Amino acid sequence: MYAQLPMAPEPSTPGNGVNGVALTILIVLFLIVTVMGFMASRWRRADSMESLDEWGLGGRSFGTWITWFLLGGDLYTAYTFVAVPAAMFGAGAVAGFFAVPYTILAYPIIFFFMSRLWSISHRHGYVTSADFVRGRYGSRSLSLAISITGFVALMPYIALQLVGIQAVLEVAGVGGSDNWLAKDLPLLIAFAVLAAYTYSSGLRAPAVIAFVKDILIYLVIIVAIIYLPSKVGGWSHIFDAVHAKTEVPPKPSKPGYGPAAPFVDTVGPKAQWAYVTLAFGSAMALFMYPHSITAVLSSKSRTTIRRNASILPAYSFVLALLALLGWVAIAAGTKPIGLDGKPNAQLVVPQLFEDQFPDWFTGVAFAAIAIGALVPAAIMSIAAANTFTRNIYKEWIRPNATPAEEAKVSKLTSLVVKLFALLFVFTMDKQNAINFQLLGGIWILQTFPAIVVGLYTRWLHRWALLAGWAVAMIYGTWQAYGIKSPATKHFGGSTDTIPVIGELGYIALTAFAINVIVSVVLTFVLRAAKAPEGVDETRKADYFVDSDDPRVQRYDADPYDGVPPDGKPA
Amino acid sequence: MSDHENPDQAPPANTGLLWFAGILLLIPMLALTPVGWYAKKDPELWGFPFFVWYQLMWVFLCSACTMAAYSLVKKARPHVPMRTSASLDAEDDR
Repeated sequence: MYAQLPMAPEPSTPGNGVNGVALTILIVLFLIVTVMGFMASRWRRADSMESLDEWGLGGRSFGTWITWFLLGGDLYTAYTFVAVPAAMFGAGAVAGFFAVPYTILAYPIIFFFMSRLWSISHRHGYVTSADFVRGRYGSRSLSLAISITGFVALMPYIALQLVGIQAVLEVAGVGGSDNWLAKDLPLLIAFAVLAAYTYSSGLRAPAVIAFVKDILIYLVIIVAIIYLPSKVGGWSHIFDAVHAKTEVPPKPSKPGYGPAAPFVDTVGPKAQWAYVTLAFGSAMALFMYPHSITAVLSSKSRTTIRRNASILPAYSFVLALLALLGWVAIAAGTKPIGLDGKPNAQLVVPQLFEDQFPDWFTGVAFAAIAIGALVPAAIMSIAAANTFTRNIYKEWIRPNATPAEEAKVSKLTSLVVKLFALLFVFTMDKQNAINFQLLGGIWILQTFPAIVVGLYTRWLHRWALLAGWAVAMIYGTWQAYGIKSPATKHFGGSTDTIPVIGELGYIALTAFAINVIVSVVLTFVLRAAKAPEGVDETRKADYFVDSDDPRVQRYDADPYDGVPPDGKPA
Repeated sequence: MSDHENPDQAPPANTGLLWFAGILLLIPMLALTPVGWYAKKDPELWGFPFFVWYQLMWVFLCSACTMAAYSLVKKARPHVPMRTSASLDAEDDR
C-alpha cells in the first residue's frame, strides 16, 4: 500500500533499536515531573489534606488558568495523541476527524449546564455527579446507578492511558525483551511513580503537572505542524497522498470478522449521520465522565467554568492539527511496526516523530505523550476513587464515615483503581481496552438525563430515570456486542444502523434517545400512579450561587464559614 | 428587597439577553450539523480542503460565540450574593 505513495524524503526505518538520546530526554523530563508531583501537596496547602474537598478537589480553589490546564489535561489524553491520528492514518476522516466537531460542540454544551452543576455542588458540598443525583431526587438507587456507570466507564479509560505510554516506549525501543519483567518494567515504574504522588498530593499533583504537559504538547504540535509539511512536500501534496490512499481497496478480512471499511478522506453520503451523531454524542458524553466533573468542581468560582468554555477551544485547534499528523504520516510513508514485527497503526505518531525529528526533539515529543498520560490517569483515578468513597462506601457501607476516613478510603481506592488498570493492560489484549473504552462512552452518556435534565427540572420521575438508564445500558451494550471489525468479533465499533431512520449512527446516541423516551413515558405513568417522588434537598436559588455565598454543607464537617451542617434528614 | 432572597425563585434576569446568549451557543451546533454540505474538497484554502478548513474555522468562531455568550449572561444575570443564609436554610415542607 505504501509503495504507491509518492516518495518521501526520509522513508520510515522501523525497528532500529533503542533510541538512546530520545529515551534519556524522556526519562529526565519524567523525573522533573515526578518531583513536581510530590511537591504539589505543599502548593496552596490547606490546614489538612484529610478530606475529599482537599485531596479529591484541590480545596475547590483553582482559578481560570489552572482549571483550563486541568480540563485540557483531562480531556486531551495520551490516548487522544495515539488514537486520533491512528484513526486518521488507518481509516480516514469519519473515524478520526469527527473528534474536531466533537470537541468544538462540547463547549457550548457545557456552557449551558456546567455552571449550574458547579453552583449546586458548591452549595451542598457535592463531590461527584452521583452526589447531586442523590440530593436532587432523594434516590439512593438512581445515585448508585450513576456512580457505578461512572466508575466502570473510567476503568478502560485509565487502562488506555497506560497503553499510550506503552506506545511511546515501544517506538523508543524499550520493552521488546521476551522476558515479561524486562518488557513491562518501564511501565511498572511509571505506574508506581504516578500512584505514589497521586496518593500523597491528590488533585494538586495533576494540576501542577498539567502545566508542563501542555507546554510540551503545544510546543511539539506547533513545531510538528510547521516543520513536517514542508519536509514531506507541503499540504497540497499531503492531501493528494491521502486522496491516493482512498483509491486503494481495503484488505479482505479473516473469516468470521467484520469487513474492513475503505479509507476515506472526507465524509461520504452514507457516513454523514455517523459523523454527526458521533460528534454530538461524544460531546454530550464528555462532561458526564467523573474526571471531567472533578476538574469542573475543583474550580473556585462559577464564572471560572463559563470563562473556560470560551478558552478551551484552543485545545480543539491543537487536536485538529494532531489529527492531521495522521495524514502527514501517510505522505511521509511512515511504517508503524511494533516490536513484535506486526504493523500497528497506534504507533504512527511516535514513529513519525522518530523518523522525522532529530533525536533530542523526539525525546521531548515522547515525554509530552508520556506525561500526557500521567495527568489524565491521575485525575481519572482520583475521580473514580471519589465516586467509590462518596457514593458506595459512605452511602452503603459506612454512613458515619468522617471526612478524614473518606480521604483515606479515597486514597487507597485510587491505588486499587490504578492497579486494576495495570493488570488490565498486562493481562488483556490492547484491543480489549479499546473495545471497553468504546463501550464506556456508550454507558456514560446514559447518565445525561438524570444529571443534566435534573439541573433544570425535577419533572422526570426518579424511577422513570432509573428504568430509562437500565433499558439504554442493555440496548447499548447489546448493540455494541454485535459489531464486528477486522480486528475483533465483538465490540468492534460504535456505530450501527439507527432503528426507524435506517442510517448508520452512534449507538450511544440511539441508546440515549431510547433512554429519554422511556423516562418520559414512565414519568407520565408514575405520576398518574402517584408514585413517591422523594425529597429534593436543593432549592432553586442554589443553582445560581457563586463562591461568596454561604454553603449548606450537607457533607462538609468542617464548616469554616460558620454555617452549621444541615441536619435535615435526607 | 429583590427576588433572589426567595430561595425558591431564580435570581432576576434579563430573559431577552439570556435567549440571545442561547442562540449564540446554538450557532456552532447548527453550523457543524450539515456534514453533507461541508464534506467536499473545494474551495481549497492554502491547499487545505474545504472539509478541513471549514471545521477549523469553527474552532475560532465557536470560541467567539461562547465568549460573547459569557459576557451577555454576566450582564443578563449579574450575581448578587445571598444576604442571609438563615432564610435559605429554613426547612420547606414539600
